[in-house]
Amino acid sequence: MADSKQVLSIIQAIGEKIESEKDYLTELDQPIGDSDHGINMARGFAAVEKKLPTLAGKDIGSILKAVGITLVSTVGGASGPLYGTAFMRAGMAAPGKLEIDMDDFLKMLDAAVQGVEQRGHSTTEEATMIDAMVPALTAMQQAAAQGKDAKTVLEAGTKAAWAGVEHTKGLVATKGRASYMGERGIGHQDPGATSFAYVMETISSSLA
Amino acid sequence: MVGIVIVSHSENLAKSVVELAHMMAPTAKFAPAGGLEDGTFGTSFERVQAAIESICSDDGVVVLMDMGSAVMTTEMVLEMMPDKKVVMADCPLVEGAVTAAADAAGNMPLEKIMKDLSSLFTTHKF
Repeated sequence: MADSKQVLSIIQAIGEKIESEKDYLTELDQPIGDSDHGINMARGFAAVEKKLPTLAGKDIGSILKAVGITLVSTVGGASGPLYGTAFMRAGMAAPGKLEIDMDDFLKMLDAAVQGVEQRGHSTTEEATMIDAMVPALTAMQQAAAQGKDAKTVLEAGTKAAWAGVEHTKGLVATKGRASYMGERGIGHQDPGATSFAYVMETISSSLA
Repeated sequence: MVGIVIVSHSENLAKSVVELAHMMAPTAKFAPAGGLEDGTFGTSFERVQAAIESICSDDGVVVLMDMGSAVMTTEMVLEMMPDKKVVMADCPLVEGAVTAAADAAGNMPLEKIMKDLSSLFTTHKF
């Protein structure tokens, strides 16, 4: 499905996507959070982009771990430890690999989801990125089990991630800064779920 | 003496909490870790790590945090230093800092300080 060179270019593309959606992500964070999600994510991925040339030739596990550590050190908000943990756990699930197939990718995403749940002491239905991650993972596992090709599986994941984003509008946040809003947060789309959908969408379109 | 690290999204808040607690216990060992390198709000992995390392001894370190990413970032720093005696306290920041300062300056062991901090949730202001 992807070799380490493609993984590097996907990460680069994720950074570009986050940068181009920076203002939108921050706008989503304004009514329910501290108005910094887009700014924080863009700062983190700008640091990742600088780091990428030093990762050329490394295995996929090492690349993702380095991306995770960079995000933790530079994002500054909750998405730092959360995305940082996600990338680090995904990397730990692909040790020494120079190439990954769909089976590997699903294991990596599963490890990433578990990492985010553990780090955020959170689960689905709490209006967080997990509400986009879990449906994406489930949809891809199902599509893969039906023997669909990689492109179809990734597209199913992206579609489910965006449906998850839509679903966060009806939820009361019980984790993170949005939890201080209580029921006033209903109707607002979760910024973290949205940025994850962009990540998923970028992975999908890069490999299509 | 047990060291105390104050992690906050705000550089000023972390420093001021230290200042306030120092009034109670001038000899307590504190290290603030607030804000990001560029002066904006947020929690910096490196600042938290450096603060802990700056006051770490065999007696240990207790870390107090404001909220959200301060907690998660501290968790990650602690996972990277499994050989150090560092614990996170789940308690109100200001009351916790004053309690920990008084305890640590009185040379209480880490375990006893953590017990005092955990009782703060049932201590009312009035």
